[in-house]
This record gives sequence, structure tokens and C-alpha cells, in this order.
Amino acid sequence: MALAERRISATEARIAGLELPRGGWTEAARQDALARLRAMGLPERRDEYWRFTRPDTLSQAETPRAALFKPEETEIFSDLDRLKIVFVDGVFDAAQSDDLSLEGVTIERLADASVTDIHWARDLYGTLEARGQVPVQRPFAALNTAFATDGLMIHVIGKPSKPISLVYVHDSETSDAILHHVVKVEPGAEVTLLENGPAAARFNKCMEIDVADGGKLHLIRSQGRDHERRAVTHLFARLGEESVFKAFTLTVNGVLTRNEAFVELTGDDATVHVAGACVGDGDFHHDDTVFITHDAVNCESRQVFKKVLRNGATGVFQGKILVKEGAQKTDGYQISQSLLLDGDSQFLAKPELEIYADDVACSHGSTSGAIDEEALFYLRSRGVPAGAATDLLTLAFLAEAVDEIEDPDLAADIVSRLESWLARRR
Amino acid sequence: MLEIKNLHVKLEEEDKQILKGVNLSVEAGKVHAIMGPNGSGKSTLSYVLSGRDGYEVTDGSATLDGDDLLALEPEERAAAGLFLAFQYPVEIPGVGNMTFLRTAVNAQRKARGEEEMSAADFLKEVRTRAKALKIDAEMLKRPVNVGFSGGEKKRNEILQMAMLEPKMCILDETDSGLDVDAMKLVSDGVNALRDEGRGFLVITHYQRLLDHIKPDVVHIMADGRIIKTGGPELALEVEQNGYADILSEVQ
Ligand SMILES: Nc1ncnc2c1ncn2[C@@H]1O[C@H](COP(=O)(O)OP(=O)(O)OP(=O)(O)O)[C@@H](O)[C@H]1O
Ligand SMILES: [Mg+2]
Repeated sequence: MALAERRISATEARIAGLELPRGGWTEAARQDALARLRAMGLPERRDEYWRFTRPDTLSQAETPRAALFKPEETEIFSDLDRLKIVFVDGVFDAAQSDDLSLEGVTIERLADASVTDIHWARDLYGTLEARGQVPVQRPFAALNTAFATDGLMIHVIGKPSKPISLVYVHDSETSDAILHHVVKVEPGAEVTLLENGPAAARFNKCMEIDVADGGKLHLIRSQGRDHERRAVTHLFARLGEESVFKAFTLTVNGVLTRNEAFVELTGDDATVHVAGACVGDGDFHHDDTVFITHDAVNCESRQVFKKVLRNGATGVFQGKILVKEGAQKTDGYQISQSLLLDGDSQFLAKPELEIYADDVACSHGSTSGAIDEEALFYLRSRGVPAGAATDLLTLAFLAEAVDEIEDPDLAADIVSRLESWLARRR
Repeated sequence: MLEIKNLHVKLEEEDKQILKGVNLSVEAGKVHAIMGPNGSGKSTLSYVLSGRDGYEVTDGSATLDGDDLLALEPEERAAAGLFLAFQYPVEIPGVGNMTFLRTAVNAQRKARGEEEMSAADFLKEVRTRAKALKIDAEMLKRPVNVGFSGGEKKRNEILQMAMLEPKMCILDETDSGLDVDAMKLVSDGVNALRDEGRGFLVITHYQRLLDHIKPDVVHIMADGRIIKTGGPELALEVEQNGYADILSEVQ
């Protein structure tokens, strides 16, 4: 009883300072989400799903301060031809953004969409998030649906000529941003979404994704180098027949990051790849929590997560493949690996398979290891200095995750960020 | 060129002496061969010279053109011109063979204060050298040694040697795992590099390789020492009679 009461009061304390936006069709969805949140309560340390990651700084009422960080390198994706949309501390900034019109897609702000009576996002906002609350609860996502202050409704009806690039600027040491995006990819449509930047001192982001039959969505994100920033993000995706969703996330620094992905393969022959590369040292805690449900025939899912940790950093991976009855010919692959550059760092992993169909091929593996001394010596014996050789092996370790990025320019941009992270630590 | 004097080496982790006073001197332009029973310390000698961890030099010295090899890091030894073709080449998943070669070539050039090789020159050079060793473009693209057959790995070692143009080449059982044709290819590769300024130390169990790469001097190593040194005829003797006679001779 005491426990439940504590959870309730902590949850109420967190939402006391938040205001549920009124008006429009989202209000009902927000009220539902608030009810969901209240029923679940925010996570506590002893919750099984939060065994490896302490949720307290994500749930506490007061925003933990995060110093601003101005990297000397040029911003990632800035050399690309893209449609740039900027949020500063979680608030859309029209002045810094491009015009939102682009052929093949409509983009609106959440508040504007909400007051449009007949709207495509009406069936999706909060709906995919609610589906993702079973069988495991994700209270931060419910909080997000209820209290999101901004976000984009992205409706992809064709094949836009350039990627849509969301840039999250962190400008206040105590900003607490809650963003909620909804993306719908219509049959046969295809788009690339980019996200980058630290966003806020504390960032709660939710993206609901519906990819219709034959649609394709590529999502590449880079989470920003501010050392003290915190983030909890959720992807909720539902995939139709022969659709494709590929997500890659680069995380460099950040004191605490929890990235959750909940993907349902609901149409036959659909494909989902969720990949991540993270590099961190010192006060760095990175958690990838993924749940993929195969609920159709002949679908493919891949989870590829690689973490480079040093100087006391912690990496977490919780990944599950659930193959429902009848989801025959499932091809599920999951790998999570960490490279520990010193003895202080740790990797905690919980890979899971749950299979209720008989004709499936699923594999999963999780490893944790140091630099291969034999390979290091081999490189050095050819004249490559120890530092450069270690970097080369580190990038090689990350390669399987980076290879999940289809676009070579984007992949090159990501690799250059990894290289400079390594170079700064020589 | 390579001077090894009274070299004593034990394992770092255990109290096990492996090299018990090796004396050996390889002159520029010469090919020396080392033969000897399994476990006599041949690979250990090559590893110690190239700077692998895990060994402790308890006595003696090794110099390359007067430089104290044992005081240098492995990469410094490489830049100084030492090359070891490994008995067991290492697989490196995720690192492309080309990237590996280019990184190595340019790292050595940089260490010597030379200009880096341009991408175009490098490509041209690799293609020519690879072709001579019958290494195809596909193999160059693959990760270093990953999925290579035993013979392909050995040819890849020789390709690296050819690209790096070291002055002192140590070949540890480069012939093992090679078929007859590959043996010829590899030997031709080695012979093409033979010149006035370059020394070779060829570790092998078989006379066969020495038919192709004609040694000037042959050493027999046993129990951590060079126990006998002679001309090419010594290899023939081993081939015919094994080591028994030589071993008893010394005792
Ligand atoms: N790291 C090690 N740990 C334990 N023993 C070792 C180690 N390295 C070498 N040895 C031992 O030292 C001895 C010499 O080994 P080495 O590999 O140098 O022999 P070799 O002459 O190259 O043999 P081969 O002809 O079989 O290749 C062997 O008894 C070997 O088992
Ligand atoms: Mg050996």
C-alpha cells in the first residue's frame, strides 16, 4: 500500500506543474492518456522494466539542470539538401525553420491539427501509444500524449524530394520539453526523417508512426552531445503489408538516455530494422529498450545495437521479439553488443524471444568485450599506432549498426561524428 | 642488419623460459632460414622481435641497423622497417582490407616523415601487387582475412609486405597451408623483393619452400637456441634425416 501511495504521489507531483492543453480533438485523447498514466503511475526504481536504468531524474517534478554545450564541429546533416524544422527547447521556431511546404507531404503543428475537425491523425494520436502499453507499461509515453506542448503531424502521401530534418536546439539550462509527433506514410509513399540535437535539459519525445501497405520510412537521428542532458524517447510504429521502417540512432554523450521502440508488424511481408550506435564515457547511461511484435506472415525484423563504453559509462539493452500465433515465416534477428574500452564500464542486457508460431527463424545474441588484443597487435605490427588502431577497431565494431543506414551520405556523416568522438579522446 | 645477441625470453605470465640465448645475425641482401622442431621457439622469436605483449626479455639484445628494437613500440618497429608475416594471420571483421592497407602504408610514411601516398597512386600500386599474387578485387574489398582460406591469408600477408616494402622481412611458416601453385606465387612474390638492402628470415618446416626461395644461410633451432648453422645443404639434411642426428650431435 505504501508503495502504491508513493507512486501515486510521485506521479501527481510530476504532473502538478503541467498543463493539459485544451481544445480540439486531441483533448479527449489527452484525457485518456492522463487516465492511463494515473492508472499506471510513473516508473519506480524497483520496476522490472526499469531494473537497469533509474527513472527518478526522468520522473521528478523539478527539471534537472543541464549545462549548454556548443560543439565546435558543424552540425550534423547541415550539409544536406533538406527541409529544416527547428524546435528550441521543445518549441517550434518558425524563424529558423524552412517553409513547411514540400511536395508529397503535409506538415502541421500539433495545435493546428487539433482544431481541424476532420483530420487523418485523429485515429492515431495516442492510439498507437495506447497499443504500446500492453504487455509492458510505458508511463512516460502516456505522460507525453497527455501533456505534449508541441509536435508535428507529418502526412506522407508521395515521395518528397528531400529529407525532413527536425533540429532540436537546447537553449535553456532548465528546459523540460515534451514533444509528440505523428507520422503517417500512405501506401507506396516514402520519406526520410532526420532528427538531431539535444532538445532540452530534459526531453520527453514520442513519435507515433503508421506505415501503410508498401510505404517506406527511414528515420535517422543523432541525439546531441550535451553531457548533462536527459532524454526519454518512444517510437510506436505499426507496419502494413510490404511496408518498410528503418530506424538508426546515434547517441554521443548525454548523462541519461532511454530510447524505447515498440513496433508491430501487422501486414504480411513487412520489414523493420531498428539500429543504434552509442558511444559514451564517464557519466553516461544509455538504454535501448525495444519490443517487436510479429503479427503477420513472412515479416523481417532486425535489431542491431552497438555500444562503446569507457571510463565508467553504462549501456543497457532490453530487446524482445514476440512472434504471435500464425506469424509464420518470421525472420527475426537481434544483436546487442558492447565494446568496453576499460574495466570501469558496464553493459547490462536482457534479450528475449517469445514465440508462438512454429515456422520461424529467430536468432539473438548479446556480447560484451574488450578490444581484440590480437587484432590490435596485428595492426600495430603493420605500423598503425596504438591509438589509431584502437579507433579503427572501434569503428569496425560499430560497423554492423552503421551499415543499417541505407543512404551512403547519411552513413558517412554518422561515421564522421563517431570518428571525431574517438579523436577527441586520444 | 638484424643482430640478435644472447636473447633470453620468458613468458610474462608464467615462469617458463622459451628462448635461451639466441644468437643470429642477418645481413642486408641475404636470406636466412630457420628450421626446427615444433615448440622450439621460432614463432616466439618472431613475435618478440615484432613487439607482441606477453613476453619478457630477461637477457640479450636485438637491433635493426643499430636501433634497439626491444625498446620500440610495435608500430615503431614497423616504421623502422621490420615486417612479420604471421604464422596465423589475424581476422579483423569490420575493417576492409583496402582501408587496412592504406592506413598501414600511410601510417608508416607519416612516422618516417614522408608524404602520404595519394589515393590514386595507392590504388594503382595495390592492383599491380595484388594481381601478381592472384588476389582479386573482391578479396581486397572484404574485411581483413575474414573468410579467407588458409592460402589466401598467406598471400594477403605477402601483399602487405610488398606494399610496405620493409627492409627486414620475417616470414613465419608462410608456406604452410599453401598448395603447389600458391607456393610458387608466394615465392615469386618474395623473390621479387629480394635486393641488396633487404634481409629475410624465413621460418619453415619444409625444404620445398627453400627450393623456391634459396637461402644463403640455414639455422636449426631447438629448445630456444640456434644449435646449428650451415648452408642450404643443412635444410636438405633435415628433410632426409629429421632432427634426431643434429640434436644428438649437439648433446
Ligand atoms: N603465450 C604462451 N603461453 C604458453 N606457452 C607458450 C606461449 N607462447 C609460446 N609458448 C610455448 O613456447 C614454446 C615455443 O612456442 P613457439 O610457438 O615459439 O614454437 P615454434 O617453434 O614456432 O613451433 P611450431 O613449429 O609448432 O610453429 C612452445 O612450447 C609453446 O607452447
Ligand atoms: Mg611457429
